[in-house]
Amino acid sequence: MIIYGTAILAACHLLGVYIGDLLGSLIGVKANVGGVGIAMMLLIAVRVYLHKRGLMPDTTEAGVGFWAAMYIPVVVAMAAQQNVVAALKGGPVALISALGAVILCACVIALINRTGPKNQDSSWQVGTVADET
Amino acid sequence: MEMIEHALRENPLVAAFAFVGIIMWISVHLSRHLTFGRVHGSAIAIVIGLGLAYWGGIQTGGAKGLADLKIFAGIGLMGGAMMRDFAIVATAFEVHVDEAKKAGMVGVMALLLGTIIPFVVGASVAWSMGYRDAVAMTTIGAGAVTYIVGPVTGAAIGASSDLMALSIATGLIKAIMVMVFTPALAGFMGLNNPRSAMVFGGLAGTVSGVSAGLAATDRRLVPYGALVATFHTGLGCLMGPSVLFLATKALVG
Repeated sequence: MIIYGTAILAACHLLGVYIGDLLGSLIGVKANVGGVGIAMMLLIAVRVYLHKRGLMPDTTEAGVGFWAAMYIPVVVAMAAQQNVVAALKGGPVALISALGAVILCACVIALINRTGPKNQDSSWQVGTVADET
Repeated sequence: MEMIEHALRENPLVAAFAFVGIIMWISVHLSRHLTFGRVHGSAIAIVIGLGLAYWGGIQTGGAKGLADLKIFAGIGLMGGAMMRDFAIVATAFEVHVDEAKKAGMVGVMALLLGTIIPFVVGASVAWSMGYRDAVAMTTIGAGAVTYIVGPVTGAAIGASSDLMALSIATGLIKAIMVMVFTPALAGFMGLNNPRSAMVFGGLAGTVSGVSAGLAATDRRLVPYGALVATFHTGLGCLMGPSVLFLATKALVG
């Protein structure tokens, strides 16, 4: 049933956020520490485990796949509710700080990615949601 | 007309699905016919979204962009933190475990650099613009990490609300820049495989910026970047009021 997939996804999400909160209070931070990242790892682990035992029929996968495919529309909705007005009102300090941080980080990303091992193998492109256009 | 408005207002989430669908449809066509596929449809959709958010903010004076308009309230639900994180977690289904493991260490390194570099830039700019005390420099620097780290750090070290607003603005501008410029800079940054996406996720920071930036570049890279980026805010909130504040204080007294 398709709801099994969505339920597994929801369970991983909630458990991950819970662990993230726990981790945050443990190290004394007023924030969730990597809750979503932990949830992602849980979901990966569950998928690998269930796949090995053959307990992952296509319909169950579709219950997760739908939400993965909804990702871009959700991001567009997210963009539409950013506080763009406040961002533009920040003035030169905010603008220059942000611009400087973005430029410097982009250069460091370029540096790390150019010095890293050349990734010739393209197996990661298989079996993922391709562009829907 | 009133009836339509009523229908939209009574079914906010459904209205949002329809509305975002229309934006996507327009964007895909603009991408295909106006830019001949050079600019990704999702990139155009995100820019349209940001434009609408600006328009909504001007119209209502609220803080939630288009979602502050009553008939678009569903946008707030659809694009809110809950649905965003739910969809991000779902993309983990496509992660190839070996690729993610291979880049684990470099991801952690990127995460550390992604906290320290924006902080130093932000604090230095603050200093050069006349904010010479450690609290102000730290708060603005933390804002340059992400717009959540800024206010959390500011609150912890007792910054004024003006400073917090400035720090949130810094983080917002950064997130918006990452959303808009990532597709254009993808070639320069070598953003074309899982490892590079993880480096990007660590260094570019802010889940919203990274997730939208990667979505507009190559949808398949999203889970790898997001996996790392979601630790960004936590790490920033951990380092901001502690190590980074103390280091700033030691430097400027």
